[in-house]
Amino acid sequence: MPFHIPQEEEYKDYAVVMKGIVKQFPKVLANDNVDLYIKRGEIHAIVGENGAGKSTLMNQLYGLYNADAGKILINGKEIAIDNPKDAIAVGIGMVHQHFMLVGPLSVAENIVLGDEPTKKFNLFDLKRARREVKKISEEYGLKVDVDAKIEDISVGTQQRVEILKTLFRGADILILDEPTAVLTPQETEELFVVLRNLQNDGKTIIFITHKLNEVIAVSNNVTVMRGGKVTGQIPTKETSTRELANMMVGREVLLRVEKEKKEAGEKVLEVQDLKVNDNRDLPAVKGVSFDIRKGEILGIAGVAGNGQSELEDALTGLRKKIAGTVTFNGVDISTATPRDIREAGMSHIAADRYKYAMVKEFTVAYNIALGRHYKQPFADGGFLNHRKINAISKELVKKFDVRPPEIQLSAENLSGGNQQKMVVAREFDYNPLCMVVSQPTRGLDIGAIEFIHSTILDLRQEDVAILLISMELEEILSLSDRILVMYEGQIMGEVTPDEVTMEELGLMMAGSTLEEARSEADE
Amino acid sequence: MNILKAILDAFANPIFYSLTLSAATPLLFASLGGLFSEKTGVTNIALEGIMLLGAFSGILGTALFGSPWIGIILAMISGAAAAALHAWASINFQANQIVSATAIILLAQGLTGFLLEPVFGKPGSTEIYDKIPKIELKFLGKGSFLYNMIGSLSPFVYLALILVVVSWFIIYKTKLGLRIIAVGENPEAADTLGVSVYGIRWFGVLMSGLLASLGGAYLSVGELGQFTENMTNGKGFIALAAMILGNWTPKGALFACLLFGAADAMNEQLQSNPSLAIPSSAKPLFNLIPFVITLIVVAGFVGKTRSPAADGVPYEKKG
Amino acid sequence: MNKKQWMRVAIPIISIIISLLIASIIIIWIGEGSFTDRIDFLVEAYTQLIKGAFGNKTAVMNTIIKMTPLILTGLAVGFGFRAGVFNIGAEGQMAMGALTATIFAVNAASLPSFIAIPLTMIVGMLAGAVWAGIAGFLKATTGAHEVISTIMLNWIAYNITNWAVTGPFNAGGGIPKSPEIASSAKLPNLLTSQASFMSFGILIAITAAVVMYIILYKTSMGYEVKAVGFNPFAAEYGGINVSKNIIVTMAISGALAGLAGTLEATGLYYRFYGTLSSGKGFDGISIALIGQNNPFGILAASLLIGALRTGSNQMQFAGVPKHIVMIIQSIIIFLVAAERMVMTIMGWNKKKGAK
Repeated sequence: MPFHIPQEEEYKDYAVVMKGIVKQFPKVLANDNVDLYIKRGEIHAIVGENGAGKSTLMNQLYGLYNADAGKILINGKEIAIDNPKDAIAVGIGMVHQHFMLVGPLSVAENIVLGDEPTKKFNLFDLKRARREVKKISEEYGLKVDVDAKIEDISVGTQQRVEILKTLFRGADILILDEPTAVLTPQETEELFVVLRNLQNDGKTIIFITHKLNEVIAVSNNVTVMRGGKVTGQIPTKETSTRELANMMVGREVLLRVEKEKKEAGEKVLEVQDLKVNDNRDLPAVKGVSFDIRKGEILGIAGVAGNGQSELEDALTGLRKKIAGTVTFNGVDISTATPRDIREAGMSHIAADRYKYAMVKEFTVAYNIALGRHYKQPFADGGFLNHRKINAISKELVKKFDVRPPEIQLSAENLSGGNQQKMVVAREFDYNPLCMVVSQPTRGLDIGAIEFIHSTILDLRQEDVAILLISMELEEILSLSDRILVMYEGQIMGEVTPDEVTMEELGLMMAGSTLEEARSEADE
Repeated sequence: MNILKAILDAFANPIFYSLTLSAATPLLFASLGGLFSEKTGVTNIALEGIMLLGAFSGILGTALFGSPWIGIILAMISGAAAAALHAWASINFQANQIVSATAIILLAQGLTGFLLEPVFGKPGSTEIYDKIPKIELKFLGKGSFLYNMIGSLSPFVYLALILVVVSWFIIYKTKLGLRIIAVGENPEAADTLGVSVYGIRWFGVLMSGLLASLGGAYLSVGELGQFTENMTNGKGFIALAAMILGNWTPKGALFACLLFGAADAMNEQLQSNPSLAIPSSAKPLFNLIPFVITLIVVAGFVGKTRSPAADGVPYEKKG
Repeated sequence: MNKKQWMRVAIPIISIIISLLIASIIIIWIGEGSFTDRIDFLVEAYTQLIKGAFGNKTAVMNTIIKMTPLILTGLAVGFGFRAGVFNIGAEGQMAMGALTATIFAVNAASLPSFIAIPLTMIVGMLAGAVWAGIAGFLKATTGAHEVISTIMLNWIAYNITNWAVTGPFNAGGGIPKSPEIASSAKLPNLLTSQASFMSFGILIAITAAVVMYIILYKTSMGYEVKAVGFNPFAAEYGGINVSKNIIVTMAISGALAGLAGTLEATGLYYRFYGTLSSGKGFDGISIALIGQNNPFGILAASLLIGALRTGSNQMQFAGVPKHIVMIIQSIIIFLVAAERMVMTIMGWNKKKGAK
């Protein structure tokens, strides 16, 4: 049975109908005449690549953006949603990709914010807030400590708080924007159980994702978006990840990269008992040791916030090492500056592209010069050599297919994928011995992902030692030669991609050792 | 050790304590004002300018209507107006908050200097007008130690102390306070729950205007009965430092202001102590002490305090 | 010129126009008599302003004399802005630079001019650099915000210089001023007119602007300063020592302000006065903002503010207090800071989507 497009008289059975939605941003048409039909009581997945317009569409349903054209019907009634208040009033709740929580406030305070119970004289009634939050938390089986501060609880718990926030406001329609991006496979499973329970309670759930196996696992129907348009509407039972991928990208895609067999060479980077603190000066990396050889990709898997980013920063000199030694190419770089480390032959694709890897106000050419701006051929006796900077930039922009190929354009005018290509081009041009690559494909579309993956494999062929840190398990599994799993600042074990299962990886990411994970997975 | 003895003498002198309280009072008003603004996420280094306007308007009101009480009302109106300008630019137009505040300081200096002559007839300073009378606690016994300490204080002093409690109550016990904290820490989160980020920030900035102008009014109609050009003398900035030192809490601001007030009072006591015989030409060296202390405090404590996460970051409503 | 560059020029110019309009309203308001009388008063005020600034050779010389330190304090603040630091302390750096240079110059009688003059400048610049460097050092090491620390340093400088010229370094006569500097340290004159004279300080200030342009746009150092100003995290990632850059930027900024004070002491007053800086450091903020931190923009902005300051003295005779210039300046800064306000006023604000 194909997807049923409802007629107007059927709209009353639909929790959400969005018709002919158009949203124009200064540079892109984010939603181009989009229709969306969501039946009451279903779990409906919306899939699409980054920039396909899914979040924009949902932000309009939640009143964060106002549509340029089109209408929204909730339970068959046309309604104007100008702000989140209007959305909340008609029973819509949204869990955002980046959690919208206030760190120093407690769980209960976060949940009631904006709809606070009060006593006489408009005084905040904390007791009642705690009571009410406890009640709904028990009602839906979402356990939380109502008095804990948000900044002290885990990401998984924070997500539960976000869901409770919507339920507290009496939401019947829940929008979840990329809810699994920060979860372990097991936590994802738990979330799916919660979602099914909510569905049994009569809630309608809209689930935005780009992970296709999750769509298959949890949804009833799927809407696929590409380039601001709907390219497919289909009942989940009648489709496959391959078909969804094709609808998403518009062409056949390789779901797995081909990796040549290769013997690793000599040791390049050796890390011993490294300890690093986080921004709050609390231990984040608690004594890790590993090494990387030439022509080898070492993957670091783990859920966000388990010390990977502190490890990345410490290796590249951006963060102080509390204890331990790092030996690079025979030289101790434990206390070296970022410049020393770059000079020694390590380059770095940073996880946070906007914050670290580029100066968005600088031109593409100036960004290509970043890190080598003080020496030949980019500079000569303290003066910049603009002729050389431009020539090298032109060449790299062409080689790495950065579009548009205008080197005098400010980097902020490039798309995310092209910015990342620019960064990769620069870090490649260092001819490094070792490269630290962190979240290299975050927020990129499939075309750019394929390009970056094949580039990383090229580097491996050229005998570069690569440390790959990624939250995407697929990426780690398909690129790495060896995998380390990090949990709470420690390495839970080393595995190879051929001998480990997703389930074992997931258990390790949640704190089991390899042996524990093996025996638990066997049961 | 003459100097040591002079310091001990000061501590034994009840006047030292009353001087401490009165020196802390203008700082406390402005500090609490800055606190409200920054708690909602808008920095306000214009406190200095707002205090100056408050001081001027206080005297202006007194001169025009014959009552320092009306002067206070006029001071608060002018403070709110200056704060509104800062709020408008930095909230609605996402202006650089430090630059906008710098403009307001300059505007306050220019405006008060500009109006001084046409309105009061001479440049530099005004005549002396009626002040707000002090509250006399006669039952303490005139001349007694306790009387000299707290028996004759301006009502502003009491008001400032009451406002510490009121501010604490508003921020930590009310619905509004919860929203203030939320907006200052994560405005986007507040926005998605239907809390008006702009509304809360306007409230915070306006409060800073009202409170800082009261601090300024205290200097003119509360203490001197006169306005002199640039009479705030950096007090707005010291108040800002007190707010930081107090870790963005009303109680902390109180202690920090008392500390700065005590430094000021000590300075005054030492300068007037005949046994030290400090020549008038050396006075500037004593006058710089509070600024050195502030500098040390800011450098020494800034890393150990925690400002609201979104402090100074403009928020732009979506779509 | 692309649209963005055009905006950078247009916004300050429109801000200047708006502020002059507001000032006109204020002048009309303080005027007396009928509306036409008030308009006449306004016209008279502005005529005097222009005459006072450019009416004759002496007026032009006075404008250039006013403009000279403003160029340097403008460059000082603008250079700081480029590295993301707000040096509100040019006032104190200028005073410390001038005082130290004066102390040196008073005792430089034994040196020939070609040594005494440059050496005095170096001393003044070093003093300014050290004074600002304190704030840079505190920011880089403890995170103390430079706005608060430079303001505190301003007050400390004010009290130190005040103490110096009323106490140990007083020339007598009950006026807070230092003794006169040695004649070998005095800057030669470029122009004279009747009793007025103008030293070649202006040439030094213009040279400083050119040097700053070269540093910012042609050298690796300028590249680093801008990278730190735009995005300190990316700068660090690119191997740039952010702390060192902040300290060095502050020191250069302070050196420029110190030079401003030195030129005042050696080219204009021939001594240190208690009121030598008198707001010129703060004017640097307006000038840097109006000039959009571009060295040549700063030259133009200094001319504007210098002319306003010179002309306002004359305007005072027409009955308009010279504080009007501060009001004009504050409105310009305010509007440049809130550039979106200007864009809204001009209807250029094409915000995303219709709301």
